[in-house]
Amino acid sequence: MLKDYKVNAGFDEMLDTKAGVRPHYDRFHRLFNALTPAEFEAKRQAVDTAFLRQGVTFNVYGDAAGAEKVFPFDLLPRIIPAKEWENLERGLAQRITALNLFLHDIYHDQKILKDGIIPEFYVLSARHFRREFVNFEVPKGIYIHVCGTDLIRDKDGNYLVLEDNGRCPSGVSYVLENRRAMKRAFPGMFENIGVRPVENYPQELLKSLKYIAPAGVADPTVVVLTPGAYNSAYFEHTYLARQMGIEIVEGRDLFVRDSRVFMRTTKGPQPVHVIYRRIDDDFIDPTVFRRDSMLGVPGLVHAYRAGNVSLANSIGTGLADDKVMYYFVPRMIKYYLDQEPILPNVPTYLANEEKDLKYILEHLPELVVKAANESGGYGMLMGPKASKEEIEKFRELIIADPRNYIAQPMIFLSQHPTFCGDEFDGRHVDLRPFILSGERTSIIPGGLTRVALRKGSLVVNSSQGGGSKDTWVLYGDE
Amino acid sequence: MLSRVAHSLYWMARYIERAENIARIVDVNLQLLLDIRNLDEKRLVAYWLPIVQATGDEEAFFKLHPHASGHAVTEFLVFQTENPNSIVSSICQARENARMVRDQITLELWEELNRLYWFVRTPTARQVWKDSPGDFFQQIKAASLHIIGLTYSTLIHNEGWWFAQVGKFIERADKTSRILDLRYKSIPEKGLPTAVNQTDVLEWSAILRSCSAWDAYKSIHGAEVSPRLVAEFLLLNEDFPRSIRFCIGELNVALRRISGVAEDRFCNDAEKLAGRLVAELQFSTIDEIFEAGLHDYLDLLQMKFNNIGAAMFNTYIFQPFSTLEEEIMVQQEEQQQQSRADHSSRITHH
Repeated sequence: MLKDYKVNAGFDEMLDTKAGVRPHYDRFHRLFNALTPAEFEAKRQAVDTAFLRQGVTFNVYGDAAGAEKVFPFDLLPRIIPAKEWENLERGLAQRITALNLFLHDIYHDQKILKDGIIPEFYVLSARHFRREFVNFEVPKGIYIHVCGTDLIRDKDGNYLVLEDNGRCPSGVSYVLENRRAMKRAFPGMFENIGVRPVENYPQELLKSLKYIAPAGVADPTVVVLTPGAYNSAYFEHTYLARQMGIEIVEGRDLFVRDSRVFMRTTKGPQPVHVIYRRIDDDFIDPTVFRRDSMLGVPGLVHAYRAGNVSLANSIGTGLADDKVMYYFVPRMIKYYLDQEPILPNVPTYLANEEKDLKYILEHLPELVVKAANESGGYGMLMGPKASKEEIEKFRELIIADPRNYIAQPMIFLSQHPTFCGDEFDGRHVDLRPFILSGERTSIIPGGLTRVALRKGSLVVNSSQGGGSKDTWVLYGDE
Repeated sequence: MLSRVAHSLYWMARYIERAENIARIVDVNLQLLLDIRNLDEKRLVAYWLPIVQATGDEEAFFKLHPHASGHAVTEFLVFQTENPNSIVSSICQARENARMVRDQITLELWEELNRLYWFVRTPTARQVWKDSPGDFFQQIKAASLHIIGLTYSTLIHNEGWWFAQVGKFIERADKTSRILDLRYKSIPEKGLPTAVNQTDVLEWSAILRSCSAWDAYKSIHGAEVSPRLVAEFLLLNEDFPRSIRFCIGELNVALRRISGVAEDRFCNDAEKLAGRLVAELQFSTIDEIFEAGLHDYLDLLQMKFNNIGAAMFNTYIFQPFSTLEEEIMVQQEEQQQQSRADHSSRITHH
């Protein structure tokens, strides 16, 4: 099956530079090659049908038919050997520890600003910095309970951190569903190859959520707060609620009385203690943030401040998602932990720094420009692939609001063999591991591997024609 | 259980039941027309129009179609999404409600409902319909029964399940009453019909078939089909799962399982009304009903079903809910009072 697969260019996950199969892919490669094309096609169709039937879908915004799409799934797994994963795990834990310390510091003494490690201006001007929460004690001191950190590999195979998602990262349900699908399609492989399981994520998540329950509540009621059935990640919200065995609620199911949160039930109001919210800060409480929000719960922030309900993630973590703050994460690691970052950043230029700005404006056609507070592949310029007009448009945007832009060299992401209609071809991939911070930090082995299905495309977002793969972390190194 | 969740489970079950009933009505009517001779356009309308009237969507129908032709009625009842109660609309809404409570139902149930949804949403459905309407309706009915079976045997029978039961039985009782009313023009307004001719037999048999009641009826009454016996069977039979008495009995049980109140007591209006209706059906005879007029009696029944539904909604779902604006005001007042209280306590402490 994979006989004709060749390395396109850059780093290939499966093949080394001499076109030999890397040791950790060896067993998979042999088992997979034993399949006939007809067997493979039958498995592929079975998985596709199963996903559609189970409603493993995401909603596309702006699609009038309310269309749900199946997140395209590629059957060739991305494989990570044990040693490599250990290193990633340490790097991710280091990073989340530093980010949580940073948020705690910023919302308290602001030592890192006073010591001049990060210019004060950048923090105070960050769109998601919530000054209302300065000196507020979040439960157990944890700000980011659930983090999705995007990792990529460059042309030499080095892992780099592309961004941190510390607000409401999504995608973990696909990790779990992809694995289920793969186990059904290739039951024998799991026995033979030795793949670390991912199934206990919901239990770990629930544990982290219960850990932050308000003091004195012995058996806390935990709920998932969703914006509703039309949100693109609604499938995931219900999926996680079901797996954790807790209620999924919408804003209209909750109300606040005497600074306490209740849900409306058929037996009358029932108290709620911990909310895993999948709604951004801006929409969570119309009395505090956006008044026009129909999704939130009036009075929720007040109840949160009174310590009667805990939120995960905490309010104000969006500061860490700001792409300008990303630039400073290596400094945070050094400052708070006195360590060198295990996982480096992608080299980044801040448009607000005079020297960097000059460089950015001179090299726009080579750079990737990103708005500081956008995600999902929006608000982005891919210099090498952009038209003259697009480049000029971004030049104006950057000059008008330099605080809001960063630029990075175009990274030629690693590639992975992927089924493309009638043959296997290399497609660019990234990796989003999910990190939970509770009593301890736990990381689901692997994470979501996203793949840019269009040939040559470097954008892996589901909203931009991306698909996903199962990610196998091995018990051993081959 | 969240009120919204109870509401969604109720409607999920109702819409599934609705889709199946409409499939049966249309299917049986198509078959009936094969048996009736000398059909001109006017007589055809006399068979199709009552079906539109029975679903209670006459007004919506004539907005979309000038004549109650067979083609127009089937299109309206089966595929048209402009009709909120068409088979396709009902399935879409059942699935939408299930999606809202995806965490409360089983994978098996969701998969089957989702499969049915994708079946009616794709061109395949029309092709099946074109090739053989009978096969098409068979698929809808089978899927509905499959879903009802999965609801029964894979869901935990907790509070939410009983809400789904309430939805199913209220819809079933309502549809049985409407099917029974299909031929009201052919019987006297009050009193029993005197002579029963060949066409009447065909038509009242069709009513039984529309309720999947043919075999059950025959096992009790043999081959004799008369309006009186059919009406008695569909209204007052104690054991047939689509008779109105049976449905209201089950509805009553479900309501009491939700509240935990004994059968001879009540703690809300829904239970009061349902209990009363059970007693009424237990202690009525079909001759009294014909004497008072079957059509009027069925009309009244449908109103009672609606009242039970509304009372249940008021008890469990609708809790005095201010608008968002009002809620924001309440919160702001509460918070101000609190900060004033904090302030004064701080002053006293000094």
